[in-house]
Amino acid sequence: MADIQELKKIASQVRRDIIREVYLCQSGHPGGALGNADLLVALYFEVMKHDPSFNMEAEGEDVFFLSNGHISPVWYSVLARSGYFPVEELKTFRAIDSRLQGHPTTHEGLPGVRVASGSLGQGVSVACGMALSKKMNGDDRTVFVLTGDGEHQEGQIWEAALFAPDKKLDNLVLIIDDNGQQIDGATKDVMYMGSFEDKYKAFGWDVQHMDGNNIEEVVTTLKKVQTKRNGQPTCIVMKTEMGMGVDFMMGSHHWHGKAPSKEQAETALNQLEETLGDFPAEGI
Amino acid sequence: MLSLDKLQSTGKKATRDGFGAGLKAAGDQHDNVVMLTADLRGSMKSEDFINTYPDRFIQCGISEANMMGVAAGLATAGKIPVTTTFANFSTGRVYDQIRQSIAYSDKNVKICASHAGLTLGEDGATHQILEDIGMMRMLPGMTVINPCDYNQTKAAVQAIADHHGPVYLRFGRPSWPIFIPEDTKFEIGKALHLSEGSDVTIFATGHLVWKAVEAARQLAEEGISVDLINIHTIKPLDEEAVIASAKKTGAVVTCEEHNKYGGLGSAIAECLAKHHPTRQEFVATDDTFGESGEAEELLEKYGLGTKDVVAAVKRVLGK
Repeated sequence: MADIQELKKIASQVRRDIIREVYLCQSGHPGGALGNADLLVALYFEVMKHDPSFNMEAEGEDVFFLSNGHISPVWYSVLARSGYFPVEELKTFRAIDSRLQGHPTTHEGLPGVRVASGSLGQGVSVACGMALSKKMNGDDRTVFVLTGDGEHQEGQIWEAALFAPDKKLDNLVLIIDDNGQQIDGATKDVMYMGSFEDKYKAFGWDVQHMDGNNIEEVVTTLKKVQTKRNGQPTCIVMKTEMGMGVDFMMGSHHWHGKAPSKEQAETALNQLEETLGDFPAEGI
Repeated sequence: MLSLDKLQSTGKKATRDGFGAGLKAAGDQHDNVVMLTADLRGSMKSEDFINTYPDRFIQCGISEANMMGVAAGLATAGKIPVTTTFANFSTGRVYDQIRQSIAYSDKNVKICASHAGLTLGEDGATHQILEDIGMMRMLPGMTVINPCDYNQTKAAVQAIADHHGPVYLRFGRPSWPIFIPEDTKFEIGKALHLSEGSDVTIFATGHLVWKAVEAARQLAEEGISVDLINIHTIKPLDEEAVIASAKKTGAVVTCEEHNKYGGLGSAIAECLAKHHPTRQEFVATDDTFGESGEAEELLEKYGLGTKDVVAAVKRVLGK
């Protein structure tokens, strides 16, 4: 079983990385990134079999796709901290000539990224393609894809929701970041979404729930579904708190896409223990 | 070397039949070629591939956006996915999916699109896309090919399966003369010189190549010598061949089953404006949508017939 304390320490450092990344370039999306730190740490440091030397085709490996690409700061931090590229490269986030583009892309050759994302609703389809390919090749590893709750307003998601059960992609795990927030406000105020559980069940998925900010529960749930092979794809409705870990960033959509001031960044960093050493950067 | 004498119709078949034959051959050659379709397997004339390789056929239903994403995922894992549906649903409907998940992500996906242009016929303008070459040509890294007959389409499919990178392959519905000799080599990005001439150059792509051949024969009888060049690959354009012919003749006509904006005519004009400014006439649709009708009737009505090619040549020569 995982050393949960160890994972929590990594997650704390990842949250520090996120604050520092968005502070340095004064842009980016800290809220959703902070909310998903526990999930990504659990995936990359405990659940997935993966190789940081990075092979695009990922034969024999578990694969993660980020469909809601705007939470890139958390993914970049976790990839760097797992050894995909140097941690100090995090200081180039969103800067000119960087491999760490605002939204993730393969275009600059950043190890760990397999497809561009940012224009919403596309990642589940891509994950379906990878999962299908693994089925065709007799590769029994699992494909994980993270999507936003607001992202489910994109029609393509529902095309993929039909496709995966039809193709019996039980090696596919779709995680919905159900933080109830999107750019224009609370998700319930922007567009009534109803029940993800009812919708996905009606489409033929196996639906699970987890608290995405309880890293022990995240690890347990992911490990349970990772090896499940019952003919149905899995959907995990994951409750998270946007901005988790930084008190003034929690509880609203305000920090969806906004960078902190120097004072705010310092306040945030004071709430997050430095556990693995910050990446070197001037002025912070 | 080809010449007008050698370009005789040996029968008729649709370019989409050429696609089906080429796909089967590509499938024989590469065991990682997989075919996807959005509820149009019958229209794509691919039963031979599907029956031979049922495990490599992926029915996506009427969900083109998802199909493009699934193709990107399959390509990530090392497959050579071939997406198939009508040209309209292969491009305009899924432009952003192609842009982000395929082109920007440099995925080895082959977007194979039938029923392009007016010659789709009776279904009318909702299905007759005349903007697809322009859209696909604008995407960085995208190869754009519009073969002209059964033999060339078959060869093109095999060539794109051998080529690494995203490709848009555009072909059509109607039964069409087969006139490119079967043993003609298909090289992506290399213009095919159909006939040597000295007075005027015709650059043609797709179904309109046959119209250009017929026009060149008529013009020859009137003493006008046509340098006839088939541009099957619109991107990357064979600039060397285009410039050389423009320098030789000093007058250019482009022929395509596409809007006058964004397609072959634009590609040639962009090239020549930079390297060798040359008078040019465009045989293309005149910034319009199509309508229902038979293929030949539509080509006639929208100015894409043999007589329109002849007239364009005379205009560009000031005759």
